[in-house]
Amino acid sequence: MGSITVTNLGKAYKQYPNHWSRLLEWLIPFSKPRHSLRWVLRDVNFTVNSGEAIGIIGVNGAGKSTLLKMITGTAQPTTGEIYIAGRVAALLELGIGFHPDFTGRQNCYMAGQLLGYSIEEINRFMPEIETFADIGDYINQPVRIYSSGMQVRLAFSIATAKRPDILIVDEALAVGDAAFQRKCHRRIEEFINDGTSLLFVSHDIEGVKKLCKKALYLSHGNVVTIGPAKVVCDQYETMLFGGNKSIGPIKHDSAANNEQLSTPVLDPSLLNSKEISYGNGDASIDRVWIENAIGQEVNILVSGEEFSVCYIVNIYRESVKPVLAMLIKSLEGIALYGTDSQSLEAPLNGIQMGRKLTVRFHMKCYLSSGIYFLNCGIRDYSNSEIYLHRRVDVMMFKVIKRSDLGQAGFANLCANLKVEMA
Amino acid sequence: MLGAIFKPLWNYRGFIMSSVKREFQSKYLNSMLGVAWVVLNPLAMIVVYTVVFSQVMRAKLPGVDSTFAYSIYLCAGVLSWGLFAEIVSRAQNIFIEHANLMKKLSFPRMSLPVIVTLNAGINFTIISTLYILFLIFVGNFPGWVIFGVVPVLIIQVAFSIGLGIVLGVLNVFFRDVGQFFGIVITFWFWLTPIVYPSSILPERVRSLLMDFNPMAPLIAAYQRIFVTEHWPDWSTLLIPAIIASVLCVLGLRLFRKRAGEMVDEL
Repeated sequence: MGSITVTNLGKAYKQYPNHWSRLLEWLIPFSKPRHSLRWVLRDVNFTVNSGEAIGIIGVNGAGKSTLLKMITGTAQPTTGEIYIAGRVAALLELGIGFHPDFTGRQNCYMAGQLLGYSIEEINRFMPEIETFADIGDYINQPVRIYSSGMQVRLAFSIATAKRPDILIVDEALAVGDAAFQRKCHRRIEEFINDGTSLLFVSHDIEGVKKLCKKALYLSHGNVVTIGPAKVVCDQYETMLFGGNKSIGPIKHDSAANNEQLSTPVLDPSLLNSKEISYGNGDASIDRVWIENAIGQEVNILVSGEEFSVCYIVNIYRESVKPVLAMLIKSLEGIALYGTDSQSLEAPLNGIQMGRKLTVRFHMKCYLSSGIYFLNCGIRDYSNSEIYLHRRVDVMMFKVIKRSDLGQAGFANLCANLKVEMA
Repeated sequence: MLGAIFKPLWNYRGFIMSSVKREFQSKYLNSMLGVAWVVLNPLAMIVVYTVVFSQVMRAKLPGVDSTFAYSIYLCAGVLSWGLFAEIVSRAQNIFIEHANLMKKLSFPRMSLPVIVTLNAGINFTIISTLYILFLIFVGNFPGWVIFGVVPVLIIQVAFSIGLGIVLGVLNVFFRDVGQFFGIVITFWFWLTPIVYPSSILPERVRSLLMDFNPMAPLIAAYQRIFVTEHWPDWSTLLIPAIIASVLCVLGLRLFRKRAGEMVDEL
């Protein structure tokens, strides 16, 4: 049955300073190598047993696709070995080998043969492929008139027509409508139950946790951790969203604080590299942090408890009338809650140049568990279009729940339920 | 070494056959006349050569007294040169053309040049069938001598595949190869006695061509079969046969050695 054993696997691409040096290296026998090696994957070791599902996670460029390519057999490993038992099916890219001028059915035969099926097998699978793809009469129409969703449906149906011993999925499922995605996941789950091993590469952490028991976290071509999916995914998320901070309430680090305070006014990256910062320079937001109910600086909040969004403002021009604002957004960028000193009717008169303000928006966390972004800004009182300083996505924070009870959406409206019997 | 290359090809024969069929069909799929174009294009070529050279220009081959002799001579050369040119120029681009396929799917890569060769073979079969019909029509069918074509064809195809694969692999790493060969093949065509008879060349040049241009003796063999209706001069085919074998071995070795690196480079 399907198992994969990867030992000391490494991949390096040859880099030549120019084309001539490659030519010289080829032509002159026994000459010293003129290329340098760029390692994209190093010392990877893992085993996937039959019926095991393993998720591979990591940021873009971590080496995930290279690893899959080598297991699929399209790329050759530079070092180490891959031992594979069983038939491999790879969904690295769906719809590959489709010819736009031929019908869906003709392309099924073509793509099927490219995957190594025989004609008889495809004849046998055809009704099942048609049912699963569920594209109706389009099966007899040229693929060029298909929507991209239909192409994916057909391609997935072909690729999974026969249960492989090892299935390799590279985010191919992130297409098609929700219902079809669910169908694909169900099929993969069935395969796993029947003994197929799964290698699943995705940026969708929840998907990995759902499908896979084990996960492998790659970073810069090295395996950071391999272990239970939940643990590895949490570690990955911490790295991704928490910068270098660790999970859980953290003590205020005074050294880091000083460093942040001494950073220039419009430095765009203090807490995370994806921040966008702009303004006219009349004032600056110099430090943004979140405090929990007992005043600790955190980036993890507990749903239902109190917290504060805090920042320090420096005013550089006389007689500005600032409006201090903040906004919480979802991971998708949907604004969830925003407020400012104007609507909160906070008195902000008589602010002088050189003054330093510490701002605290105190509120209760009615957010559901998830990851959220924070914006902070100082607007001009007379013209709300002008920002003295605005910091978009200045930090990310995570909301967790005390209990594991299920709850949908962004908001935690703290419902309680009464049911009365008639 | 050979087994490692040919066994997967045999396993993928279904894919190869369908690809050949598909490539052939795709050219005519969206046209109304469909397969008729397969015949019409080469037919037009033969008609043009015949009408222009034998009727309009009244071109005569030195030493042969026949109205159609020059057209027969020209077609014998042009058609077989066409086969060579199609295989080589398609094969040298084949890996680059299918970069995505090679990067994303694991399949025997050697099937790509095989598909190219088979396709060129189909086109050549159609066009030479027309040519033979034309020969029968004008009463110049060479008879049994026509079987002399078989060994010549084998050497020529082997030469084309070998050269095509060598260039195809090199082209992945050095794109100049493709550009350069485009120029080379134009010169090569005119350095081969196809349009002009070799007898117009000075003796020294002719023997130089025969020795160093493997296409010259091959084309000459076809011309001998069809124009003078003689069996080819087998001794002249020895050098092309050796070069063809060397190129095939070189091509396969180069392919085996660089196949992995090729995917990284694409």
